[in-house]
Order: sequence, then C-alpha cells, then structure tokens
Amino acid sequence: MSTIRPYLRLSGLEPLIVRPETNFLNIGERTNVTGSKKFARLVKENKYEEALSVARQQVESGAQVIDVNMDDALLDGVQAMTTFLNLVQSEPDIARIPIMIDSSKFDIIVAGLKCVQGKCIVNSISMKEGEEKFKREANICKLFGAAVVVMAFDEKGQADTLQRRIDICTRAYEILTEEVGFDPQDIIFDPNIFAIATGLEEHNNYAVDFIEATRIIKSRMPLAKISGGVSNLSFSFRGNDHVREAMHSVFLYYAIKAGMDMGIVNAGQLVVYDEIEPELRKLCEDVILNRNNENNEATEKLIAFAETVKAKGKEIIKDESWRHEPVEARLTHSLINGITDHIDEDTEEARKKYPRPLDVIEGPLMDGMNVVGDLFGAGKMFLPQVVKSARVMKKSVAWLTPFIEEEKKNNPDAQQGSVSKVLLATVKGDVHDIGKNIVGVVLGCNGYEIIDLGVMVPADKILDVAQKENVDIVGLSGLITPSLDEMVHVAHEMKRRNMKQPLLIGGATTSRMHTAVKIAPQYDNGVVHVLDASRSVTVAGSLLGEQKSKFLGDTSTEYSKLRDDFNKKKTIKQYLSIQQARENRVQINWDNTVPAAPTFTGTRVFEKADLAAIAKYIDWGPFFIAWEMGGRFPQLLEDEVIGKEATKLYNDAKELLQQIIDEKWLEAQGVIGFWEANSNGADDLKVNTGSGDLRLSFLRQQIKKAPGQPNFSLADFVAPEATGKKDHIGAFSVTIKGIEPHIKRFEEKHDDYNKIMLQALADRLAEAFAEYLHEQVRKDYWGYAKDEVLSNEALIKEEYSGIRPAPGYPACPDHTEKYKLFNLLGGEETTGIHLTESLAMYPAASVCGWFFAHPQSQYFGVGKIKEDQVADYAVRKEMQEEEIARWLRPNIEES
Amino acid sequence: MTDIRSLLDQRILIIDGAMGTMIQRHHLKEEDYRGERFRDWPSDLKGNNDLLCLTQPSIIGGIHREYLEAGADIIETNTFNSQQVSLADYNMQHLAYEINYEAALIAKKAADEFTKKTPEKPRFVAGAIGPLNKTLSLSPDVNNPGFRALSWDDAVAAYQEQVSGLVEGGVDLILVETIFDTLNAKAAIFAIKKFFEESGKKELPIMISGTITDASGRTLSGQTLEAFYISVMHARPLSVGLNCALGAADMRSHIEELSQIASCYTSAYPNAGLPNAMGEYDEQPEQTAHFLEDWAKEGFVNIVGGCCGTTPDHIRHIAEHVKQFQPRRLPVMEPISA
Repeated sequence: MSTIRPYLRLSGLEPLIVRPETNFLNIGERTNVTGSKKFARLVKENKYEEALSVARQQVESGAQVIDVNMDDALLDGVQAMTTFLNLVQSEPDIARIPIMIDSSKFDIIVAGLKCVQGKCIVNSISMKEGEEKFKREANICKLFGAAVVVMAFDEKGQADTLQRRIDICTRAYEILTEEVGFDPQDIIFDPNIFAIATGLEEHNNYAVDFIEATRIIKSRMPLAKISGGVSNLSFSFRGNDHVREAMHSVFLYYAIKAGMDMGIVNAGQLVVYDEIEPELRKLCEDVILNRNNENNEATEKLIAFAETVKAKGKEIIKDESWRHEPVEARLTHSLINGITDHIDEDTEEARKKYPRPLDVIEGPLMDGMNVVGDLFGAGKMFLPQVVKSARVMKKSVAWLTPFIEEEKKNNPDAQQGSVSKVLLATVKGDVHDIGKNIVGVVLGCNGYEIIDLGVMVPADKILDVAQKENVDIVGLSGLITPSLDEMVHVAHEMKRRNMKQPLLIGGATTSRMHTAVKIAPQYDNGVVHVLDASRSVTVAGSLLGEQKSKFLGDTSTEYSKLRDDFNKKKTIKQYLSIQQARENRVQINWDNTVPAAPTFTGTRVFEKADLAAIAKYIDWGPFFIAWEMGGRFPQLLEDEVIGKEATKLYNDAKELLQQIIDEKWLEAQGVIGFWEANSNGADDLKVNTGSGDLRLSFLRQQIKKAPGQPNFSLADFVAPEATGKKDHIGAFSVTIKGIEPHIKRFEEKHDDYNKIMLQALADRLAEAFAEYLHEQVRKDYWGYAKDEVLSNEALIKEEYSGIRPAPGYPACPDHTEKYKLFNLLGGEETTGIHLTESLAMYPAASVCGWFFAHPQSQYFGVGKIKEDQVADYAVRKEMQEEEIARWLRPNIEES
Repeated sequence: MTDIRSLLDQRILIIDGAMGTMIQRHHLKEEDYRGERFRDWPSDLKGNNDLLCLTQPSIIGGIHREYLEAGADIIETNTFNSQQVSLADYNMQHLAYEINYEAALIAKKAADEFTKKTPEKPRFVAGAIGPLNKTLSLSPDVNNPGFRALSWDDAVAAYQEQVSGLVEGGVDLILVETIFDTLNAKAAIFAIKKFFEESGKKELPIMISGTITDASGRTLSGQTLEAFYISVMHARPLSVGLNCALGAADMRSHIEELSQIASCYTSAYPNAGLPNAMGEYDEQPEQTAHFLEDWAKEGFVNIVGGCCGTTPDHIRHIAEHVKQFQPRRLPVMEPISA
C-alpha cells in the first residue's frame, strides 16, 4: 500500500510536484505585458510567434512555471490571453510546464483557464471587493481545477503591516478550506512584496514584514504556499540591474529560509548569493533586514554604492587591474575572457616559475580550462566564448611545445602526462566537419587530447589509428544520410576487431533513434549518440570515469526501449501501394495552364560572382545554430541570456565577412540550366538535353494520407506528356572555392575560432548564392515571377513561387540522381564541385538542386516508402534493387 | 441502494465490454437504424449506434443483459456520442437529451432485473460520456495552431445537457471515458459539477478514464499519465483509470504507474489486443483475462473490464480470473510536517 502526501501538484504536459525539497519554484515573469516592454510590444503588434519565443526563452533559462499577464488598457485582454495560450498549447517545449494565469480582471483569468489542459495557478483572487465575490471566484477556480494565489488584500485595502498580512491570510484560508472546499495545498498566499529603500521611512520594514509574515503563515498553515513578485522590491533602483539582482538574491535568501515557496522572477537573471561582492551584499542585507538604518542610513549607503556601479560600468573596458595579479590568475583571466594579448609573455613567466614546461600545462592552464568547462557546463559561458578560450590555450601550449621537445631530447625517460585521448573523424564519403571541429575544441578545453583525422576518413584508417594510438574514445561525425550506413559499418568493424573503446555518434543527420536501432546492435562495448558539442563533455566524462559501466548500462537499456518503441510503431502506419499512391498524385489542372518558358535552354555559368551582392542574401539563423546558439535572428541578438555573446559573435562574423569580400579570399562559382521536360504521368521526367533524352526518376510519398491530401512526388509539378503542353525543368549548383589556404593559416595560428567562423561563413555564402540565383531565375532567366518583390526575411521563409529541392534532401532523397544533375550542368569542370563516393559535394560549402516553376510546386518530405516502390524505382533507374536499396535505406519502411 | 465504495473495498468490480462490437454482430441495416421514426431522415444513419436507444431499444437492452449475465457489476449506457457536438454529424443535435434519458432507462431496467435476482450482487449503471469529435486543445489546422474548432462554452453546454439526460434517466454513476484531450475532460467535469450545483441534486460518483494513445506513454494532447491525473484530480473522482487504444499487454506499465499515484480507486478496461490488418480484434477471452489476472494479483486495480473488441465472453473470463484476488487498497494520505 502506497502513501500519498498532500503536495501542491501542478501540470503542463508534464507534472510538477512541489515537494519540501523543491526548495524554490522559479516563475518566469517575462511573458507579462505590464513587466516586459518587449513582450507588450510583440503582443500589441500581433507578433505572437515572437511572443512565444519570450516564453520559450523563460523555459530554457530555468522557469518552472510561466506567468502570463495581458493586463493593458490598449489590449483586448480576453482575446490576447486566449490567442497566446492557445498558441502555447501547440508548442510542446513550452506547454511542458504549468501556466500561471495572471490578471487583475477575473474574466481574463477565466478566458485563460478555458485554454489550458494542465493544472494552472490563478494569480490572483482576493477579498478586496468582499467575501462573496472572493468565494464565487474561488469556486470557479476550483471547478477548473486550478490552484490560486490569494493576495493579502481585503475590503480595507492591501495589507502593509505584519499583523494585517497574517490576519487577512488566516481569514482567507478559513473561507477557502471550510466554505469553498479548497484543498489547503492548492492555496498560495502573496503577502505583498513592496518597494523598499524608497527614502520613505515607513517603507523600510516592508521586506522584514514579508519575511516574518511568511514564517508565521507557514507555521500556522503548513500546507499553504507563499509566493510573491520579487522585482517590486527593488523598484527604486530601476535601471541598475546589478544592484537589483543583488537585492533580489539577498531577499530570496532570507525569504526562502523563512518558508517562501515560489516567486515571480526573471529566470536566468538571478545571481548566486555567494557570488555577490561582499560590500554590496552587506549593503543589501542592511536594507532588506532594515539594519543600521536609522535615518535611512543603510538606504543612503546603498544608493551611493549604486551610483559608483553605474559610473564604473563605463570604465570596465579599460580595466587592466588583472595584470597586477599573480601569473596563474592572469592565465585564468585570459582563458576565461579569451584574451590573447598577453598570453605569450604570461606563459613564458609561468614557464620560468615552474620546474618543467609540462607543469604549466597541467597546472595553471588546466586549472583555468577547468573553470571554463565548469562555466560552460553550468550555462554561464556559451560556445563562441569557449572556442575563444581554446584559442588562448592553444597559443600558450604552442609557446611551450619547443621547450617540452627540448626536455624530451635531454631526458627521454621523463614521465609524460597521461591524458585521455579522443579520436574524431568525419566518415568516408562525407566532407562536413564544422560540428566535429567544435566537439574537438570543447573536449580539448576539458583536458582531452584530440586526434582529429579530418574528413572522408575510411573505416580502416579510423580504426587503425584508434588501435595504434590506443585512444580512449572513438567519435564519428557525418551530415549526409549515406554517412549513417558508414557509421553502422564502422561499428561493425569495431566488433570484428574486438575493440573495447566506446563509440560516440554525432552530426546533423544522426539521431538517438537511428543510433539505438541501427548502430548500437552492431557493437557491444558502448555506442552513444551525442546531441551536440556541449553534451560531449559529460558523455566523455561518464565514459572515462568510475560510472562508465553504469552509464553504458543505462544507455543500453534506454536504447533497447527505443528499439522496442520503434518496432511497435512500425505496425501502426498504413501505406498505399505505389500504384495507389500514384493515383493520388497532386491534381494540377494543366488544361488552363501555359507553363512559362525560360529565356534560354542549356546552361549558363557564373564565375567569380560578386560576393558582396551574395552576402546580402545570407540567412544568419543557421549560422548561430552552428555555434549552438538557437533562436530567431535577429531577435536573439537582444536575448536576455545569449544576446550579449551572440552580438559579439555576429560582429566578429561581419568583420571577417567584410575581410573575405574585400581581400577576395573566396570565389563563388555557379551554374544554372534549363531543359525541356515532361512527366510520363507517373514519377519520371523525360528531359531533352539537346543531345537526346534523359530520364529523371523521383520518389513518391506512400504513407496513407488524410482525405484530400495528395501523395506528393516532384514529378507531379511538371506537365505530363499526354497534356501536349511544353514544360521545363531547371537545375543549379553553386560553390564557394578557395577556403583551404585560409583554414591552414588559422590552424597554424591555433585559431579555431576564426577557422570555424570561416567555415560557417562559407556555408552561409553558398546558401545565399543559391538564394540569389533562385531569385534571378524567378524574375529573369526563367522569368515566371517578374514582378516578385520580397524582403530577405520573406525569402528565408520561402514565400516565393517555385522551389529548388536538392537530391538527397526530403523531397527527393535519392542522392544518386546528383550524377544526372551534375552531368546536365557540365560536370566537375563547369561546376567546380567534386562528388565523393557517398555523393557529398566538395568543397563542403556547395549547394545544388532542381528548379520547379509551377505555382503549386512545394517542399515536402517523401517520408518512408515500401518495398514495392523500391523495386519499381530500381527498374526505372536500371539499377540493382539491392544497390538502390542501400542508398535509400533511411527511407525504406521495413516490413 | 448499496454504496459502491463499500463494495470496492471488498472486491474487484467488473465493468462491461464493448457495445459497438456487440451491435456489429446484429448486422443491422440502414432501415434498422432508422426505425419507423426516422424513416425519412435526410442523411444516412447507419453507424449512429447511440440512436439505437430510440429505434432498437430491445437490442441495446439485450446487449446489457448479456454483459450482466456474464458477471458485469457496472454497465455503461449506450451514449458515447450522445451530445450536440457529435450528433451534429447526423444533424440530430435536438435528440441529445432524449437519447441520454432513454439510454439510462434501458440500462437501469436491465440492471435492476439482475439486482433483484441476486441482491447480494447489486448492479450499477454508469452514464457514459465520450470525448466529443472535436478537441479543445488541439488545432485541426496545421497551418494555424492557435485555431480551435470548438469553444469551451459550447463543449460545456453539450456535456451539461448530456449529464442532465443521464441523471434524470436514473444512472448511478457518471463515466467520463476515452479521454484523449484532457481539456475536453475538464469541460466535462466542469459541466457535471455545474449540473449538480444548479439542479441541487446529490452529486453522483464520477469515474474518469483516460486514453494513452501510443508507446510514447502520453495522451493524444501530449500529457504524461501523471500530468493527466493531476489535471483531473479536482473532480474528486470515485475512480481514475485507462481504457481504449491499447491492448492489455501495452497498458500494463501505465496502469501500474497509475496505481501508485492515484489517491482514488483505479479502473482499467483495455481493448482486446491491437486490431489486425482487417481492423478486427482477435485477442481471445482467456488471453485478455490472463493479463487482467496479473494486474489483480499485483494489486493495480479496483475495476476491470473491456473496451473495443471485447465481448460478454471476455467479461465472463475476466470476472472468473480476478475474483480470487483482493482489490487494490487505497493509498494512505499522509500529512506533511511543516
């Protein structure tokens, strides 16, 4: 028989149980139009999508509940609350946590309650307008199953003394539990946090009264909870976040001790009590606890301090005081702040101070990097900062290396440090390595020795090196789908060679599910999927520490459960035969259509295209994702958590981009082409190349769709031969050439930061070039949308007519059609692009695709297909079924 | 009448099996659904199973009797879709109250006959409230996630009318079942509480039964089991449980979890396995019964029965297999120290 305790239980998509050990519940305050100007503006301008990102950011920075408030004279509060909460429900990453519905108008609260399936908190009701209204509203909250915040407010006004706070809360508690029938654990009191240090003496004891009221209410009504809006406290220090955050932390430190359970705070902006500078902390304590405060003395002192902080803020850039610290502290400072200015002289000084050069690495440098690793792990540093730290580290090590070599020569037996080794490689056939490089840097920062074999590395080479160097971990990366098979192959080979090292899997196309289902069963000594660079540290740590066997056991259990789920799921989906799917193709009325004809047929080459013009088409969103800074661009530049670092990164990127353009580091080369084409009424296109016909084969969605939804194939977007209409298809490739010498130069300078930056920019330029050419095609070369006027934002959102899908991507997942595409465009010579055996394009910053012009053409994913289509496709492509099945494996639904 | 709570402390109670499966066995034709009364109704009525309460009451009564004969302590009224929102499919919104009222009468008559025969085993009628054919927290339009096809107020009004028909027709319990969107269930709970508050009648016990749709362990609207339970706790239900979507094999871990966290009685009535390629359920009565016997032995359940695909034979086997076991004991509510 189990025991159930009367905890406050809340829910979004997931439960939130407030236990005594929960300590303190952070309620995110930024989705409040009265408190956040940004949120208010977004709601007023009907930009709900962006308003959602405010909520998401709260969740990401640790809010356990979000407070939503739409009380604004210029807003229809009921409508705004309904719209916003309905949208929140469709965002699982936000809807995960419970909602606090916050309004002073009860009809807005009810409107909110009607939208949320989970158990909410209502904020707030009170006896301000008498007992009857209070009971009526409490009863409605009970019918909706919500917990309530009760403001310490009655007919006479807001409680501003200790006694009134206690009296009102006690009375409300009795009414709610005895007359309305509320569960006591669902009652949350807000005994009013008011502004202190306002200069008015009667305000000085407000914080003390709140803390005392909390203590007494919790002792008399132990199941009830205490909450409050913390920002009110520091209202008189508006504009001085440094002091405000310190006040909040000190206040919460004492209020939580007294029993405060939750508070409305800016999640992610609370400083740790211990980390407040001692002087400021003492001043805050005096003000909050109303000590040493005769004649507002404490208040005056805090105000005086606040002034100095403001003034100091401007000088910080010039602050060189750290240069007077001991050399170890200087090295740490340089590492954390990514400063290379003094690293050579500081390293040299440390080398002279320590007996052996290796001691400098194992001592102060590793200590500093450990601080960096900890801060990154705790979310207090972001990836671009870490990469800059690594640059400092590498420079310092480079200074020491000749001395270490010298020592080795003189004393070959000297004990060398034993560092764990991680081997990293992008698998055979794949050329993408930005993510792998980042993982290398991050692990390098955490004390691992990285052996990076680069890109397109065959399995044998990876495993030979792994065995020869006796590495501790093997890490594989890949971006395109054929790399998945190659990873399965590597795992298989590791088993055959009886290897013992754990295998890490990462890269954009990999997934936990694929790893669990396909790779893990191949190798018994540990296969782990790593979602991103920041996880690589904890995973590597778990694999090399004492908890290794437990970690591998847990992972293996998790993966076997995933496999079970996967196997169970398979039976549920329903598929059509390829014949049925074809019958349900996209219906296009060709009778009334005259397909637009392009201005030429054949190809046209663009050599040394203008990089400055191309750069205007850059979509910066993916650039930040490459740096593990998610969010919408440009809003993320103002994000409260990552905004500052994101802005720095953006400025650095723009500077480097300008240099690339001015100094002509890179060359953009592109080819477009158009040819007469008709579909065969099924899934193939017949293309007139000018010297004969070429067949392009496409795949078709086979999953059973809802009535009225077609089973898409790209072939549907070109007029069938039987219509007698002349139609066309286009193709393009773009590439950014010439990156190698610059990468090499950065590598020589140990500058990973600029190396990764350059790679990421080249990728962006290739995409931008494709976007730029596509626009030219629409408006001019094909000319079917001559009047199109779209902003860059609209381009990124693909609001134009016609599409440019790429072989190997969801709408046409068969990579092998790339051969035909590149042959049509004139091959490696004109495109400047080499295809690897896995059909990755080299240089890595390359994009290719087909052009379809029909206004009904759209992007879609083919999804899973069945064996009948594979067989049919093999016949159409004149390939062995087995061979084409290997290429299409990720898309084939096994039966 | 005996308080169902005292029986639940003594033994595991049996709830009946599928209504639809049993109706299918009668191979009814369009004209059977129509009866005399709806002979000229403009739209097709075949498949409107709840309407049979008005046009073929003896068939529905007969099915109830088969389940009672098989050992069911609780039978469900044939009213899964009987509210304005779902009946709009047949343009029969105006019949909502009447169907519920008649359905309650039919079931109550059958239950009373059996209670009279064996007073030591009283039979109960649960007024069945289904999930509606529209959802309150999901948008049917992928391009417009903020859109809702139904408003909360309309859902509450529809449910409240259904509750009034069921209660005035004489049901003993109210069963909100097959919940895949918790917000719909919250509207039903709101309507039930409001009906009893406004009518001044004594509130009947509420049974709540959610649906975990797949291996993710979540409801269709995305909640985990515990989040779902927390969201409906305020109904102060007689029981909370799971039904439909899964067969017993896949439901086990969820009912185990629920038995740990629920402070009220627990119920479980799974499908007869998963449907085969033809959409038919072929788990045999003794197979289903073996799964449920295991749950009874483990102390997971207070009420068991069957959902889609189960028959009086399944219920007979289930009743036979679980009767040797003690019901799940309610957890102790422990106060926390301050």
